[in-house]
Amino acid sequence: MLQETCYHCGLKCATAIQIKEKYFCCDGCKMVYSLLDENGLCQYYDLSAMPGVTAKGRFIADKFNYLDNAAIQEQLIQFKLGDQVHITFYLPQIHCVSCVWLLENLSKINPGIIHSQTHFEKKEIKIIYNPTLISLKELVQLLSFVGYEPVIHLGGNDWLKKKKVNKKQLYKIGIAGFCFSNIMMLSFPEYLSNDALELGSLRHFFIYINLLLSLPVLLYSASGFFISAYTGLRQKWLNIDAPIALAIAVTFSRSVYEIVSQTGAGYLDSMSGIVFFMLVGRWFQDKSYDSFAFDRDYNSFFPLGVTILKEGKEVNKPLSDLLKSEIVLIRSDEMIPADSTLLTDGALIDYSFVTGENAPIAVAVGQLVYAGGIQKGRAIQLEVVKPVGQSYITELWNSPILKTEKNVEKSFVHPWSQYFTIVLLTIAIMTGSYWSVNDPHKILPAVTAVLIVACPCSLLLTVTFTYGNVLRWLGGRKLYCKNAAVIEAIHKIDTIVFDKTGTLTNHDDTHLEYRGANLTYQEMIAVKSVTRESLHPLSKMITQFLMLQVADITSFQKIENFIGKGTKATCGNFEIVIGSVYFLKSMGILPDQEVEGSVVCLAINGIFKGVFKINHTYREGMQKMILQLNNKGYHLHLLSGDHPTEKENLLKLLGSSIPMLFEQSPEDKLHYIQALQIKGHRVMMVGDGLNDAGALQKSNVGVAVTDQTHLFTPASDAILEGSEIYLFSDLIDYAKKAKLIIILIFILSIIYNIIGMYFATSARLSPMVAAILMPISSISIVALSALLSFAFSSKIRA
Amino acid sequence: MSVIVILIIVSVLVAGGFLLAFLWSVKTGQMDDDYTPSIRILFEDEIKDLKKEKI
Repeated sequence: MLQETCYHCGLKCATAIQIKEKYFCCDGCKMVYSLLDENGLCQYYDLSAMPGVTAKGRFIADKFNYLDNAAIQEQLIQFKLGDQVHITFYLPQIHCVSCVWLLENLSKINPGIIHSQTHFEKKEIKIIYNPTLISLKELVQLLSFVGYEPVIHLGGNDWLKKKKVNKKQLYKIGIAGFCFSNIMMLSFPEYLSNDALELGSLRHFFIYINLLLSLPVLLYSASGFFISAYTGLRQKWLNIDAPIALAIAVTFSRSVYEIVSQTGAGYLDSMSGIVFFMLVGRWFQDKSYDSFAFDRDYNSFFPLGVTILKEGKEVNKPLSDLLKSEIVLIRSDEMIPADSTLLTDGALIDYSFVTGENAPIAVAVGQLVYAGGIQKGRAIQLEVVKPVGQSYITELWNSPILKTEKNVEKSFVHPWSQYFTIVLLTIAIMTGSYWSVNDPHKILPAVTAVLIVACPCSLLLTVTFTYGNVLRWLGGRKLYCKNAAVIEAIHKIDTIVFDKTGTLTNHDDTHLEYRGANLTYQEMIAVKSVTRESLHPLSKMITQFLMLQVADITSFQKIENFIGKGTKATCGNFEIVIGSVYFLKSMGILPDQEVEGSVVCLAINGIFKGVFKINHTYREGMQKMILQLNNKGYHLHLLSGDHPTEKENLLKLLGSSIPMLFEQSPEDKLHYIQALQIKGHRVMMVGDGLNDAGALQKSNVGVAVTDQTHLFTPASDAILEGSEIYLFSDLIDYAKKAKLIIILIFILSIIYNIIGMYFATSARLSPMVAAILMPISSISIVALSALLSFAFSSKIRA
Repeated sequence: MSVIVILIIVSVLVAGGFLLAFLWSVKTGQMDDDYTPSIRILFEDEIKDLKKEKI
């Protein structure tokens, strides 16, 4: 039977719902299509094929009740005036042209929406709406309904922290570019005139216009270099901006001297040109990935509002106002906001993000549940024990170890620039002394020419453009680095620590394993018949697992479902009890093996048979990648928050040379990294989830692995998409190549410097020679940087 | 030949005008998003709406 694909979202339809000639995989997708059709918005489907986000067949209306709360609205709204409210949302589901089109045409669905504008790269939408026609809650509900549910969390929304610095950079580049090109043009008469073309007084005109145009460059565009050099010198540190500032200052002074004393035309074109190229280089290096946040703390993890029960009625309040001993209602797929005691039945908590444990854990009434866990069963009620800021997981952020600032390593370029300055000054002094003996007139021209030509600007250009290229190539393979400093930090790494759950394994990919007494064919049929009736996600997995082994089912006589705990049924000759270990114990059946973690226990006719263990599969290529890293000489470690049930598998996969520790708490991981660093290692931590947050922060380079980039990623230096982790070894290699590329290019630029030096030391550096050398060397550096970055990227290119 | 003085001053002023336009566009945020406008080109105009209203 041919499976149809959903017209809306592209998934295969298990049971297709049909309208006219279109098929849909679920009611949700069908409803979205109907809505768009009614409002004449079917262009949505014309712009991209199957652009919809799968509706998953259900829509929870209560989820956004907290948005009716005025205090919460205050936190989210950017601007309010009369009947206009401005608000910005983060919509990670934006992925294609249709998304942008639909989101910018929302006003056609609801006239309360006045205007909506998306920013594709940041995955944001800015909406202006009329609060009298549509409430904030209704707006968010509409967005969720069409498939673009906004991510709203406690951390105060990121729009507050927008970067305005970019504008200044662009102003400086614009002005420098304008002045540079005009000065260049106006210098041609000076260079190209032989005395046949009498310029006379016009010459002065050109020269003074050039001088005028060079002032904004010196005073505004180049100001950054001077300020940075001064700040560095005050801290007794020679950074790369110091020699650059010196070179610019010398060039300008000599040019002014020559112009005023009418001995020459000056080197203003070279000066403004080099400032322009360096500013472009810095802008190129500052490539930022705006839709990712590298600086999240736990606040971004928690929801903004929470439902509490007051005298039996549901009330929404902001999370920050949650108090001890209040009773909280947590629905399915909602997060537990604070350490609490469980009051009602049916809790199945997924702690994978917090502790790294693989599958949901059943919790008994009266036990403690921790903040950060996600409820997978039905709605439960909890009594808050600790305020939000004092839960087990948030206390980690207050750990004193994390208070120390991350190693702010000086760039490797800086020591080079120190040598550079020393060599430069030596040459200048030697030149000066030579000419003081032979022809004292030539001291000043020669020495200043040396300082002009040997500008470490080429070093800065090399570095900025190479880092910019490397950042982009890495980003193309889904390794997004926070900034260029991360690439340098990667270079020094000698130790890599991996987390297991979510990093080496895939959160969404699971398979089942059965451990225990062998089941007979009849027994398997019976079990399968029972699990088939349950809606529990674990039961579905067991059904599928058994489906591979037996095809038949039989009917059963009696079945009792205990929600959240298990099922008891009679099927043919067998009385089957299947569920959590507590459930079996409450039935009087004791397990005959160690039951750890989240497993489903099975007993037949009162005898314990075995357990079904849910395993997350290891990512494809993971084993090869780890072995590659091992061969390259890195020290590797594995730290997992999970139980050691996987230890044997891992030993088989990865060998016994890698230290593996299990049941590590977030603090354990943090201390482990610290211990390695004390021994002198430079550590890279690769992890995901809150349980790695401390380790990621402490390590020299923290890489957060994620499968869905819009989910919370803890504070890190780089974000890696899980699907690309098989390339990790090659990606690290490529990042390390950056230093090699810089050295190669720099050797070449030294050749230019030597040629220029020849002219400079012999006091024959005419403005024309300088004006030719400068663009040639700059452009060749940029081109070579792009070429070498491309050439070395062969292993990571798609 | 000295008319070139006037020519250059005028052309620099015109070019300066473009520079000011650039600086203004950066200030008003037109350079903040350099990707989404390329998507918006693909949208069709309001012709479809008029058609629908006629029906």
